[in-house]
Amino acid sequence: MSYIKVENVTKQYGSGDAAVKALRGMTFDIQEGEFVGVMGESGSGKSTLLSVMGALNTPTSGKYTVDGIEVYGLNSEQRADFRREFLGFVFQSFYLIPYLTVLENVMLPLTTLKMKGQEKRNMASHSLERVGLGGKSNRLPSEISGGEQERVAIARAIANEPPILLADEPTGSLDSKTSKGIMDLFRKLNVDGTTIVMVTHNRDYAHYAGRILEVSDGLLAQQERQFREVKCQLA
Amino acid sequence: MTLKNIVFSNLKRRKAKAAFILVGLLIGVSAVVAFMSLVNALTHDINQKLEKYGANILIVPETENLSLSYGGLSLGGFSFEMQEIQQDSLEKLRFIKNAANVAAVGSMVLGAIKVDSHGVLLAGMDFDAAHFLRPWWKLRGTPPGEDGVLVGSQAARVLQLGLGDRVVANHRELTVKGILETTGSQDDHILFARLSTAQSILGKEGRISMAEVAALCAGCPIEEMIKQISEVVPGARVMGIKQVVQGRMETLHHFQKFGMGISALVMLVGGLVVLVTMMGSVRERTSEFGIFRAIGFRRRHLVQIVLLEAGIISAIAGITGYLVGLGATKASISIFTKSVGVAVHINPAMAGGVILLAVVLGLVSSAYPALMAAKLDPNEALRSL
Repeated sequence: MSYIKVENVTKQYGSGDAAVKALRGMTFDIQEGEFVGVMGESGSGKSTLLSVMGALNTPTSGKYTVDGIEVYGLNSEQRADFRREFLGFVFQSFYLIPYLTVLENVMLPLTTLKMKGQEKRNMASHSLERVGLGGKSNRLPSEISGGEQERVAIARAIANEPPILLADEPTGSLDSKTSKGIMDLFRKLNVDGTTIVMVTHNRDYAHYAGRILEVSDGLLAQQERQFREVKCQLA
Repeated sequence: MTLKNIVFSNLKRRKAKAAFILVGLLIGVSAVVAFMSLVNALTHDINQKLEKYGANILIVPETENLSLSYGGLSLGGFSFEMQEIQQDSLEKLRFIKNAANVAAVGSMVLGAIKVDSHGVLLAGMDFDAAHFLRPWWKLRGTPPGEDGVLVGSQAARVLQLGLGDRVVANHRELTVKGILETTGSQDDHILFARLSTAQSILGKEGRISMAEVAALCAGCPIEEMIKQISEVVPGARVMGIKQVVQGRMETLHHFQKFGMGISALVMLVGGLVVLVTMMGSVRERTSEFGIFRAIGFRRRHLVQIVLLEAGIISAIAGITGYLVGLGATKASISIFTKSVGVAVHINPAMAGGVILLAVVLGLVSSAYPALMAAKLDPNEALRSL
């Protein structure tokens, strides 16, 4: 049984003549522990797809299931709980909170959990160590480099050890050397068992994924053109 | 890491915005405190002055004939020839409902006597009660004993009496034991003797002409006490002399109402400052709230963040506003009264009240921005970046 199921999902913005169909009936499955890359041109619908998969954007129609849970059958607060328990987000712009330290940023997903402060600190520190930033806990985001900020964003995404990591252009604003380091980190997380869905423009980095879904004009390319699955060659 | 950490960190970062809200509320709170403290201090001052008036209830025989002016106050009148009040009937004052509010009762018998060729008023009184009833009196000499007399300053001048001189009144010889310094009242023209001595000289044993009651305190129900005394002393007319300061008290009450109105307006403006600033803050933090929602914060968590922030600022505004208001009162009290040493004290009830008021106002004004934050669509919020 598939871990993530996207069934005939559509998303339309606006109505009438002004209606924009961002997703036009997408269907695919992702298995637990997979690393899936989502590629496509700008405006192809890949970011909309990621926001739907992130339980942030209710589809116009279709069904989205994770581990047997019909995500958009949940109410708004239940979806917030779902995001906290199942998902980790890595955004292209990092979205770190500027007035919180690196450690506090990483602890954010743990804020609303009922556990002791020390336990939260240990989890966040462990997460920071996994991304190689154990020594920069007390810095503010403005005091570290862009690559390090991305690592902090990844540490925050995995702090509560979610089974799924959603990444939107995680290397979009980084140089190639730093980007490679980030992709290595993703691969490591995937090897450790995290299911990863990553939107990217860069085919080189897409090859870190075990499978690539090409999106074009709100549809999976496999449905419109030929099915294409690329197995990444793990280094 | 808790919501509190997020709130405190944000407050530290956005000091200017927090200070703006704080000042808005602080002005409102300090205005309320200043007005209330000022009115309280002035009321206390007036009550103290009122107490210095001594007697504030007079018991005189019912009369329809002569009028009498006493102590600069119109007291109605009585006739020396008319029936007097039985001294025993005043004993009943000890059993009225508000007997505990009676500080002193001074019986007085009055009668005309001849000293040499001068007609003069002889007043018999209880000198122990004089401390309460005439606290402004200053004597040369001592209060008189059984055969002594205290002479008013004008009477002493006209009768050419000095300490130790002898006065014969209705065949009874009295020694001048004390001379009253000028009071500016009718007391300056009178000879004062002990009540029993005067009753004996005037042939009015067991009878009194009037009685003065000192019952002044901030919470004394004077009107009610007048009613109670009238019931137990039949044939007497009981009057309050509180009217002298009543006008000023009314002015003070008008001032208080005006002050409260102004304070309410200032508080309203303070509330609007909080509302507008918090709404701006929520808009500014749209992406931040979007991230919070994306990583699993519930709506109520965002409401808690906004309200906690408003609550902390409001509480600080309440505390500092109280102290600023109190300071302003201390600084400005001399403009409103010439009394020296009018005390402006810390009032825990008022302090608690205004802090609570500030917090409630801050929370109410922030309720809409908090709901606005909670209703943010996380996807829209993140796209707003």
